[in-house]
Amino acid sequence: MTLFGYRVPMMASLLVWCVVWEIVGRLDLIFLLPPFSDVLVAAVDLVQLPSWQSATVTTLRAFAIGMALAIVVGIPLGILMGRVRIADDLLGMWVNIFSSAPLSAIVPVLMILFGFGEKTIVAAVFLFAIWIIVLDTRAGVRHISPSLIEMARSYGASRPALYTKIILWAALPEILAGIRLGLIRGVKGVVIGQLLVAIVGYGALFETFSRNFRMAEFWALTIILFAFALLISELIERAEAKVEYYAGARQ
Amino acid sequence: MRSAVLRKEPPPMPAPVDSIVEVRDISKTYGDVEALRGIDLDFPRGKLTSLLGPSGCGKTTLLKIIAGLIEANAGTVTVDGKPVSGPGPERAFVFQDFALMPWATVMRNVAFGLELRGVNKTEREGKARHYIGEVGLAGFENKYPHELSGGMRQRVGLARALSVDAEVLLLDEPFSAVDEQNRRKFQEDLIRLRTNQNKTFIFVTHSIEEAVYISDRIVLLSPRPGRVSQIIEPEIDRSGDPERIHRDQHYLDTVDEIWQGLKQYVE
Amino acid sequence: MASSIRTESEAVGFAPLSGRGEAAGWQDHPILLRLISIALFAGIWEIAGRIPVSFAFPTFSDTIIAFFGLMADGSLPSAYLSTLQPLLLGVVLSAFIGVGLGTLCGLWRTGEWLAIPIFIVLQAAPVAAFIPMVTFVYGIGLTAKTLAVMILALPVIVLNTYKAVRNVNESLLVMCRSFLGTRWQSVTKIILPDASPVIFAGLRLGVAAGFVGVVLAELLITPTGIGDLITFHRSRADYAEMYATIGSIIALSTLTLVFLQWVEVRIFRPEKRGA
Repeated sequence: MTLFGYRVPMMASLLVWCVVWEIVGRLDLIFLLPPFSDVLVAAVDLVQLPSWQSATVTTLRAFAIGMALAIVVGIPLGILMGRVRIADDLLGMWVNIFSSAPLSAIVPVLMILFGFGEKTIVAAVFLFAIWIIVLDTRAGVRHISPSLIEMARSYGASRPALYTKIILWAALPEILAGIRLGLIRGVKGVVIGQLLVAIVGYGALFETFSRNFRMAEFWALTIILFAFALLISELIERAEAKVEYYAGARQ
Repeated sequence: MRSAVLRKEPPPMPAPVDSIVEVRDISKTYGDVEALRGIDLDFPRGKLTSLLGPSGCGKTTLLKIIAGLIEANAGTVTVDGKPVSGPGPERAFVFQDFALMPWATVMRNVAFGLELRGVNKTEREGKARHYIGEVGLAGFENKYPHELSGGMRQRVGLARALSVDAEVLLLDEPFSAVDEQNRRKFQEDLIRLRTNQNKTFIFVTHSIEEAVYISDRIVLLSPRPGRVSQIIEPEIDRSGDPERIHRDQHYLDTVDEIWQGLKQYVE
Repeated sequence: MASSIRTESEAVGFAPLSGRGEAAGWQDHPILLRLISIALFAGIWEIAGRIPVSFAFPTFSDTIIAFFGLMADGSLPSAYLSTLQPLLLGVVLSAFIGVGLGTLCGLWRTGEWLAIPIFIVLQAAPVAAFIPMVTFVYGIGLTAKTLAVMILALPVIVLNTYKAVRNVNESLLVMCRSFLGTRWQSVTKIILPDASPVIFAGLRLGVAAGFVGVVLAELLITPTGIGDLITFHRSRADYAEMYATIGSIIALSTLTLVFLQWVEVRIFRPEKRGA
């Protein structure tokens, strides 16, 4: 949008909404919505609390482990499905089902299998993130032009070289897109997992704040979480932009 | 003999007796790029005039200005004496990329111009069916664009333009996305259609052979900025076998003449 | 700007595999392969259950038996009755509001500037955190569950619609203008039909998100429906019944999505039929 001849970045409208929030909060219209400034103050206080800090460490650790597992398992699985027809035939259906299934229903199973602790959260992150990584990797491998692979073969590339020097790189734009979407889903996984387990990390904090109607803290935690999710997706998008030039050039 | 055919720049242009489209002093710039400068042209009624030139000479821009799809920075275009301020019912456009709706059948695509005008279904489909036959697509009424070849898709685009009863047909490189064999067949059909329809055609192309083959009149544009450099009226007899034209000495001479003139603009 | 906004639809779900007409979309396969795939899955499950990998991991056959048991005693159907109401309501409301809002934002710059960033945030962020809050405010009834469905389903529907409307085929718009189409005609006859595949993809993602939302709401606070059934059988250590309930909701969500795709191709995209 342009205003008085200046181009106003789209995300700037969020500031407008923060102001609206502040006004609505000050008017005391909705008791759930304290003024935005109160939320900011609460956020500053919150990050100094040891309980927040330890919750953050727990959450980040579970998230990182779950994501690492999803990436390490997901990419090879996607490449396998992209290259081997029978693997694609047998697994494709299930990957598709799980990529859009209500995985929140599976979390209770994780809870009884892995206990009410961090392992369940790791498993939830893994389960939420992996399918989209597999699907995107598979799509990336499928889109590699056959002549590129023939080129590698004709120049005598060995099988490992073909995979590490050609296929992985040629599919990289899609793989990164898959990882970005996987990260977003992973964040949802970690939150849903913790909400359901309710005694670990942010889940416990959310539970405390909302049960005691400590709204400013509740919103502060939400905003921190949202900012974290956006930051991650932004970072990956940067990385994607770097490989995008050849994603475009491949067409 | 050739000199009888060619008129050198600047075109003195004693306005032809009956010109339907008149372009006066049209200029267009895109940012810093001057696409067209001071274009003066008349398009005689019932004739096929080609705008020919290397890429970047602004021929498509000029056509879209005539269509009312782009606004010029200066100058006027009149059709039948009325100034152009936007698209109008007396002009119909044929698009380089066909611009067919993938979700609509050939029938609905062809009838689309009439549909937008609120013509009732039976009437517009009757008319569309007629022109679908006219462009040689009878039997394909219920096919979808993706089921047709490039050449057939452009026939749909042409039938759509014909069915709105415009006097002036504006064709923007209609065959550039059509393969060579289909293009030749289509060019032959266009010559036949032109004689039947008695409409004015303004045709943009970058192919010299195509321009000479089908045109009554060829306007050569020079690039950067686009200006009229020559107007050629190839006197080719198009009655009888269209295949014959390709071997016609006059056809070959004119193609060569134009190529000699355009060569300087190519790299 | 529009091109930089990506929603999940670019990669996810049933659309890429079957929609792009790739050779290996699983819907193109003979039924036999799909049956083998299901048999393989069931077989692995059965073996894992027989080892057993965990005391809480019933075999496939036990789970199937439990499923029929739950159907027979009526607890599963009545649970679905309570779960599907808010789901359907929430999805339908999200569809109407989302497509409307998305179209508006795609056509109107100020609306785009004001609303789209919010939905980008909501799309990327774990909005599930709001669900307990919603339940606190609106109690454990239909309203809370419907809202839970909507906060998860709405962003993806809005963003997909917006993206599709913004990235409409320019050439068709010019064509419509050249044949004297009005603004209204270009919206109804060009923009919406051209955007409909992406809008439908958004609706499917919205439905999938709606399933997540309703189950989550039921698991978290509202002790009703499928979520309650899951929690109940877990607390009684009836693991086969618990797995059967979870399996049934996943199966239902999958079947719904496949059905929606079928409806889309059958009714709304005739040119895709048999293509």
